[in-house]
Amino acid sequence: MQLTFNKQTDLPETTVPDARRSLVDLRCGQTAVLESLDVADDLSRRLMELGFFPGGDVVAAGCAPGGDPRVYRVDGSEIALRTETARQLKVRAGSIRGDVPSKSNSGLP
Amino acid sequence: MSAGDSCHNLSAVSEPATGQDSEGRSLRHYVALVGPPNAGKTTLFNRLTGLRQKVANFPGVTVEYHVGKARSSGGREVFLIDLPGIYSLQPRSEDEEVTRDVLTGAKADLGTPDAVILILDATNLHRHLLLAAPILSLGLPTLVVLNMADDLEARGGSVDAAALAAQLGSPVALISAATGLGVQKVEQFLDGSSARPHAAAKRVELPILQDLPGCRRWAGQIGKQSDYRAPDPPLWTRRLDGLFLHPVAGPLGFLAVVIAVFQAIFSGAKPLMDGVENWITVSGEALAPLIANDLLRGFLIEGIWSGVGSVIIFLPQILLLFLFIGILEDSGYLARAALIADRTMAFVGLQGKAFIPLLSAYACAVPAIMATRTIENKRDRLATILIAPFMTCSARLPVYLLIIAAFIPDRPLLGPLLGTQTAAMLGLYVLGFLAAVGTAQLLRSTVLRRQQSVFVLELPPYRMPSLRSLGLRLFDRAIVFLKRAGTVILTVSACLWILAHLPYKDGKPPQLEHSYAGQIGHIVEPAIRPLGFDWKIGVGLVTSLAAREVIIGTLGTIYGIENADKDSVSLQEALKKDLSPAGAAALLVFFAFAMQCFSTIAVVRRETGGWFWPFVQFFYMSAFAYISAWGTYILLDH
Repeated sequence: MQLTFNKQTDLPETTVPDARRSLVDLRCGQTAVLESLDVADDLSRRLMELGFFPGGDVVAAGCAPGGDPRVYRVDGSEIALRTETARQLKVRAGSIRGDVPSKSNSGLP
Repeated sequence: MSAGDSCHNLSAVSEPATGQDSEGRSLRHYVALVGPPNAGKTTLFNRLTGLRQKVANFPGVTVEYHVGKARSSGGREVFLIDLPGIYSLQPRSEDEEVTRDVLTGAKADLGTPDAVILILDATNLHRHLLLAAPILSLGLPTLVVLNMADDLEARGGSVDAAALAAQLGSPVALISAATGLGVQKVEQFLDGSSARPHAAAKRVELPILQDLPGCRRWAGQIGKQSDYRAPDPPLWTRRLDGLFLHPVAGPLGFLAVVIAVFQAIFSGAKPLMDGVENWITVSGEALAPLIANDLLRGFLIEGIWSGVGSVIIFLPQILLLFLFIGILEDSGYLARAALIADRTMAFVGLQGKAFIPLLSAYACAVPAIMATRTIENKRDRLATILIAPFMTCSARLPVYLLIIAAFIPDRPLLGPLLGTQTAAMLGLYVLGFLAAVGTAQLLRSTVLRRQQSVFVLELPPYRMPSLRSLGLRLFDRAIVFLKRAGTVILTVSACLWILAHLPYKDGKPPQLEHSYAGQIGHIVEPAIRPLGFDWKIGVGLVTSLAAREVIIGTLGTIYGIENADKDSVSLQEALKKDLSPAGAAALLVFFAFAMQCFSTIAVVRRETGGWFWPFVQFFYMSAFAYISAWGTYILLDH
């Protein structure tokens, strides 16, 4: 609905070291490049079948009321993951981009 | 129709250059319908076969394969196999195994299918093409169906079907299974499918299946060369999710939906049920004079017609419940409900996906237990199977309704929105749910100690449920219900009437109390007396071991006999004379917890692969029911 991005608000750098960042560190509306899937082999396969490929873009789309599970937009679909799983999907250093929607439309993901 | 006039003809089937049809074999032809979850396989299956078949807008609804007859455009009869959705040929759950086995010919009764229809979501082509590689590598004649073509076009996407067919070396049909657009092209494929010599198809280079990133690059390449333009994001879905997943509005909406469903079932179904009841009484009275023989008339009208009729009365209500569940499933809201429920489910040691089987269990535990196959983790699955029968299934509904209507006066509790009867019913639903939660906790801390379980769920776009699909499903449910009334309930009603009229004394039927049925009731009476039940309820409890709702027919028969001369005394009034309010409460509690259903026991045996779990489950639930009913009676009886 609200597709315009506010270019000025750069993300405040958090204290998480860049190399350790995962999908959990994305705020709603932000995009990052997936670096690695640090999960068991068969889960990693299933996640890839659903679109989570190393080198691909992942958008944080929202979350369930209460904050967990989280919803990610990846390769044309929306996939819900629990936080514990999302934390194991690491993002490429410095690849987090995009803006958090302004507060006025925070009701929309 | 403007949609079809664009250069990317929506309903175009594009044949690759080679592969001509010739007159095919005349044997049975099996065509397998495969695709990722939620691509529209079942909708297309329904379109092609007209067979009643459950569809839902939730990943993983088809958990067994279904075979239906379809006619090709040339009038040939083809057997279509509808398979559970898969993401790859390397299965992670049991329903995916079914699909792989059918496709590779491991199911001996079917053999290898003669052809495959691969159905993909055109609005998400790149990801869905991932499945094309393993399916095409099977080497079977394949039609690639791109479904939801109308949606693709509406959202500004497009694809060149002819170019895609050339890339894949298989014909491609762009269709909309929901509206029927382009479906005739699939029927044309069915006509020629078995005859097509697949060796003649152009060999296309497929990626190495183990290399998933490689497969994805291949899919991207194919898409690019087919001029695939991905559609714009589904705006309505995002807007609705902003509302339904809102931190405050989301859970409130969830609750509102549940309450609205229940209220509609109890208030909305009332006039329909009264109508059916009237019809059964009137038709029974009209038929009675036609039967000359006294004994035969009693058997047919009082024994069978009123016994079966007392269960048929609940048909409108059960259909209404299935209608609501159907709307929630088809619209896509159910996946959001699973998402909202996941945290709560995790709390009791289950996961959000268990919410779907457990919600279906509110309709019937049998399909619910089969639906647990979508849960990959074996322990999660077993726990879900074991607690599913605690959910208030539709067979409990008639029992609850009868007793609530008889013992609880309907008064407004929260204005016109919530009446006392609705509140009582909701309370019983909550009771079943709490028993399930408690049992899940118990299992988790004892036999099924939890290992890490993973929750991964795809959220499909919201869709308008189609009347056709809902109608087919309701028709299916009605047939199932009436079949049950016509077999199990009819048999039990007939046996019971006979038992209630034997042994003859001096050429006359005995008093009910001295009949065989009465004697059975008296035998169990000492055991149920502490719960506040008399021997008549005892007869009902014995017969309801087969199926819960049978107790209504039984009581109908019992009181029908006792009050044969006073037709005006309804079952409710009759019950009130024999059951104290405390006993009624105990009976409700007993039915909330007991596992009185042969079908459920049979399906648990099949799904757990032995008698151990159904045995444990039956005794656990029976003991739970007995003790709780006893406690309720002691608490309320003063």
